[in-house]
Amino acid sequence: MDILTAQGITKRYANHLALDRLDLHVPEASIFGLLGPNGAGKTTFIRIINQIIYADEGHITMANEPLSQKHIEVIGYLPEERGLYKKMKVGEHLLYFARLKGLNHSEAIRRIKKWFKKFDIPDWLDKKVEDLSKGMQQKVQFIATVLHEPKLIILDEPFSGFDPINANLIKDEILALREKGSTIIFSTHRMESVEELCDHIALINEAKKILDGPKREIKNQFRDNIFSVEHLNSLAALPAGFTIKSSQAIEEGLTESIIQITGEKKANDLLQVLIGQTEIRSFREIIPSINDIFISKVKADTHE
Amino acid sequence: MNKIWLILSREYISRVKKKSFLLTTFLTPVLIGGLYAMAIYLAVADSDEKVIKVIDETGVFVDKLENRGSLVFEFVDEPLASARAEVEEGNFTGLLYISDFDLNNPEGIKYYSMNTPGMELVAGVNKALEEVVRDIKIARMGISKEALDSLKTDISIVPINLSGEKEKQGSSEIAMAVGSFSGILIYMFMLIYGAQVMRGVMQEKTSKIVEILVSSVKPFQLMMGKILGIAAVGLTQFALWFVLTIAVVTMATPLLGDNVEDMARVQQTGMEIGTAPAGQNNITEKIKEVLDNLNLPLLIGSFFFYFLTGYLFYAALFAMIGSAVDSEADTQQFMMPIMLPLIASMMFLGAILRDPSGPIAFWLSMIPFSAPIIMMVRIPFDVPVWQLALSMVLMVVGFMATTWMAGRVYRIGILMHGTKVNYKVLFKWLTMKG
Repeated sequence: MDILTAQGITKRYANHLALDRLDLHVPEASIFGLLGPNGAGKTTFIRIINQIIYADEGHITMANEPLSQKHIEVIGYLPEERGLYKKMKVGEHLLYFARLKGLNHSEAIRRIKKWFKKFDIPDWLDKKVEDLSKGMQQKVQFIATVLHEPKLIILDEPFSGFDPINANLIKDEILALREKGSTIIFSTHRMESVEELCDHIALINEAKKILDGPKREIKNQFRDNIFSVEHLNSLAALPAGFTIKSSQAIEEGLTESIIQITGEKKANDLLQVLIGQTEIRSFREIIPSINDIFISKVKADTHE
Repeated sequence: MNKIWLILSREYISRVKKKSFLLTTFLTPVLIGGLYAMAIYLAVADSDEKVIKVIDETGVFVDKLENRGSLVFEFVDEPLASARAEVEEGNFTGLLYISDFDLNNPEGIKYYSMNTPGMELVAGVNKALEEVVRDIKIARMGISKEALDSLKTDISIVPINLSGEKEKQGSSEIAMAVGSFSGILIYMFMLIYGAQVMRGVMQEKTSKIVEILVSSVKPFQLMMGKILGIAAVGLTQFALWFVLTIAVVTMATPLLGDNVEDMARVQQTGMEIGTAPAGQNNITEKIKEVLDNLNLPLLIGSFFFYFLTGYLFYAALFAMIGSAVDSEADTQQFMMPIMLPLIASMMFLGAILRDPSGPIAFWLSMIPFSAPIIMMVRIPFDVPVWQLALSMVLMVVGFMATTWMAGRVYRIGILMHGTKVNYKVLFKWLTMKG
């Protein structure tokens, strides 16, 4: 089931179109990567989901109900640009955010304490925000985003400002939240985290969606039947249907060749040909990375 | 509504807990009390006799100069040099030297002292001399002193306002004082706390807190929570000032103890010199009389009404500016048109007091930009009910209009960074749909 569906979302600003008939389906309990170059319209779309601004056309449903004010309490949003009140204590701050999301006082306190225990920061309750480092503040903001146990969590560049250890901590929490049934919309420019975390991705460029689907399918769709082979000696000419794109020595007696299969032939056919010629040390398919797909797709779209 | 309340309480609590708030709230009454005590002390300390030696070579003034207040004239018959030496030694306040005197052209009277004499002293000496000359002139004209005294009559007209339900006595001095005091108070409140709203909105915008907040509350709720929270802070501060000032002053008065009696004497003598207005008893009696005649419930009721609606009217405009700009420096161009009507209202204060029911007063008390100040100044002078009602209706319409406008600009402005904002852009935001 889809937790969120957007149909024909259009948003116009005075002199440009921010979103052009965007359709999107976010499956429940998935991590959905919302990708796109700067200025593509991602933030506009996220703000529309959060009902900070409203679409000119189109409609959004949340678990089959039209998006409305009551959904604010089941959405958690961590914006890319985020701040905290410097003079407030961490505990007060989290309590304030939780209450704005509709939690009552005692329940909010209980959950704050639980998260502090989880992150091993029990003494932060009375710390002033201004005494925290940037990474520590990001942690507080993350807690604020998920404190009310939202069904839909929208994270915009959640890892910026974190060291690798804390980034891992947050990554584990994101996966744990998905396990519990939350859906995460994840917007980032760090493709390695998309590669690692996302189940689905959508690519937006110049106000339009240009790519959308489960990550595995998209990657399959962009396979070019290119294989990397490490072997001894050098290769002789291959029969028709196999093209050696490059071949270079990587160490004493060992060569890496990039071979593309065209036509009806399969990977096994290539292996059989190679076994006859040389001794194979390794054989793997080169699957395009999300990064490559992103770049080639956006470039192609923009140059059209 | 619940969310506005949450925002309001956060604004209120975080501001009331600030050291600067506690400091200004508790120090101001102490400062006022201190000034009050100092004024009394200085008045008492200043009451020492000032002995002025007089050398009159013409003999016209001998023994005729009357002591005035703390000024005591002492006629001596000694050479100028030795008398000057004594002044230089500090034995006397000063030396009045009359070497030559022409009744029709009274010039050449000199006053020697070690420091520049104060205005009060010079005026006192002049007045004493003038009275002697006047008496001589009157005598020459052949008018007796009794006949002259009988010409003097003290008249104080009793203004009675016929427009009210019943005839009542009014006092324009007290009405003036009450009117301008409440007007100025409202002016200060609108300015100080309006500017706080602006700064608060700007801080939330520049520190990007607002990006997190708007996913939980509507921008309009956020703006109203802030405006109302700061209003509550302002009301708390004024209430505390009021109570504490009264407490400090009542505590300071008995502490001064004996000095109060001296003060009474000072006021008596001050009266004689003609610098103090009227006797103490007279004033308290008059205040009581006027308070009885002023429509207090109306006055207090409309004070709170204009205090609040005026603040709401301007705070919305200030919030609008705060949401539109990226830094304090950018606020300048937008502050001008907001400050102008406020400053103009203060400039017109004199004109309004001179003619509280004239056309300037009427129009300025109708326009919501100046009504909170000007109408408050007019109310002690009795304003026709229809004018008051119209002004109040316009005020409510006015603050709803500015709040609506501010809300429209605010929801766009707080999320816009790095845009060069001018009036055209503001207008575009105003008319932009969700």
